[in-house]
Amino acid sequence: MRHPVELKGKPASDGIFAGPVFFLSSAEAERRASGDPEVERQAFDEAIAMAVAGLAALTETAEGEAAEMLSFQVALLEDDALLEPARALIAQGKPADLAWRKTVDAEIVGYEMSDDDYFRARAADLKDMRDRVLRQLSGAGARQAQAGAILIGDDVPPSLFLEADWSKGGAIALTQGSPSSHVAILARSRGIPMVVGLGNVAPNGHAEAVIDGARGLLVLSPDEAAKRAWSQKAEDLAERRAHEDLFLNEPARLKDGTSIELLINVAEPDELDHLDAAHCDGIGLMRSEFLFRDGKPLPDEEMQYRAYRRFLEWAGKKPVTIRTLDIGGDKPIKGLTPEGERNPFLGLRGVRLTLDRVAVFKTQLRALARAAVHGNLKIMVPMITVVSELEATARLLDEVMADLAKEGVAAKRPPLGIMVEVPAAAIAPELLAQADFFSIGSNDLTQYVMAAARDEASVASLGDPSHPAVLYLIEKVARYGRDRGIPVSLCGDMASEPRHLKALIAAGLQTLSVSPASIGRVKAALAEIG
Amino acid sequence: MNDWTSSSVVIRHEVGLHARPSVKLTKLAKTFASAIQIAGSPEGPWIDAKSIVKVMAMKAKQDSTLYMRAQGGDAPAAVTALKDLVERDFDEDAAHAASG
Repeated sequence: MRHPVELKGKPASDGIFAGPVFFLSSAEAERRASGDPEVERQAFDEAIAMAVAGLAALTETAEGEAAEMLSFQVALLEDDALLEPARALIAQGKPADLAWRKTVDAEIVGYEMSDDDYFRARAADLKDMRDRVLRQLSGAGARQAQAGAILIGDDVPPSLFLEADWSKGGAIALTQGSPSSHVAILARSRGIPMVVGLGNVAPNGHAEAVIDGARGLLVLSPDEAAKRAWSQKAEDLAERRAHEDLFLNEPARLKDGTSIELLINVAEPDELDHLDAAHCDGIGLMRSEFLFRDGKPLPDEEMQYRAYRRFLEWAGKKPVTIRTLDIGGDKPIKGLTPEGERNPFLGLRGVRLTLDRVAVFKTQLRALARAAVHGNLKIMVPMITVVSELEATARLLDEVMADLAKEGVAAKRPPLGIMVEVPAAAIAPELLAQADFFSIGSNDLTQYVMAAARDEASVASLGDPSHPAVLYLIEKVARYGRDRGIPVSLCGDMASEPRHLKALIAAGLQTLSVSPASIGRVKAALAEIG
Repeated sequence: MNDWTSSSVVIRHEVGLHARPSVKLTKLAKTFASAIQIAGSPEGPWIDAKSIVKVMAMKAKQDSTLYMRAQGGDAPAAVTALKDLVERDFDEDAAHAASG
């Protein structure tokens, strides 16, 4: 009987889950070598074939960057230049797993030593591929598919998340990792509890654990009393979720029947796979930053066009609002965002940055205009402070439209709206009346109105979006929009929080954009208002 | 024995021969029976164009010249096809034209 071990990390995705643990790093240690080169060779070839088959199945459902990463791995696994050295080592008497690890690691060194960011980043793909084959060799590949376990590891590659069976729940606990990683975004949209930054977790024979995503907590080998308490909490949560799920297929309505337009915020194309477009009225905020990852090459027009088109096709006739690149501030990208800014939140970010990097901005606008023919697209510009920024963006969009027309490329000019998140825009919306729509970004609006940085824990209590000063500005923008016939929505985190909904409805908002996992919760809460 | 069909082309792709273009190049090379090799200089070293591991290891960058040669029954067709692929910027603008 193990003593309980409680570990504290950072919350990455809410929810409580109790179940068996699966240590990702333990996979290769458990394999017993046969000692017979013939058997090892056969095991090796089988593991490669299984890994290729697994990747091929994944490639069918993946798109964009994820699909490219997978097909790169398949190509590597089909290359004799990689397989032959491993087979030669096996023929010399090395166990299959060691031979494979040695061969791939030699290859990985070449990537890691490169002076090119792009090639260095590929080392992660090779490691992912290496571990996939090692899991097959140890039989962990099959065990991995077992649903309803807490996966514990240093970091989880997106491919592993995508192929895992989450139908019986499950959770993720990482010693490293980040709440803003690709996998964390996917976990939030699937409602899979996740904690990151736990530090060292020693396997020590722990068989089960409980995880509390919202509190960033992992308890290994909990005792009976703790397990009962946790399972009660998990049951309450499940009961509440079941109640909220009843609202999923219903339109969003207040108690008196007033309908509310409920949109969703998305950040990754992969999020769409498990979302039903019927549950919402469209996409109110698509963050285009996923295409522009730090350390990766800038996405070209084609790659962006394909990604945007996917969101539009998912939504059908429903509106899709795509926000132009919003980096800088707390989202740096090497080579694109300025370095050494003393106060990045008040620096060159959002539209300020894209107007300074015209080539990058125009590429994105071209991709958006081309994608617009496939659905109901709207373009939203972040961090607009003065009208000249909106005018400059509109001029660039005009130029792009003229170029596309000249080239004979199909395109459409989407409506051009703005994020209202800088206090100047919220205080004097009449100066920005030429925007086609307003969407209030309550996260940034709150940090600027309250002068409390979003990433500063010591002032977190000041960053309250329900402070009367913030609500006053929200109400002002909503009223101005209503009087002038300019659609107004709110897409900040506060719209996903039931406790803020009453105030937002009272402020006159009738369009809200929320996180996909909160659709049921928000609809249930709206039905109680009015 | 020395009957290589050869050619060369400048890589325009913005990050050079990275994963996506390399996957396309090796896939295309594998459709030909001929031995196909590529190099970053006319003196070599020449590497197998059907091996993604070796093609990636070249780390060919944007604006560098890619030399190619093939030997076998379909060698001329292979060299032409590979050159075309690089010139078309690995078809990354194809959907662009198709939607126009």
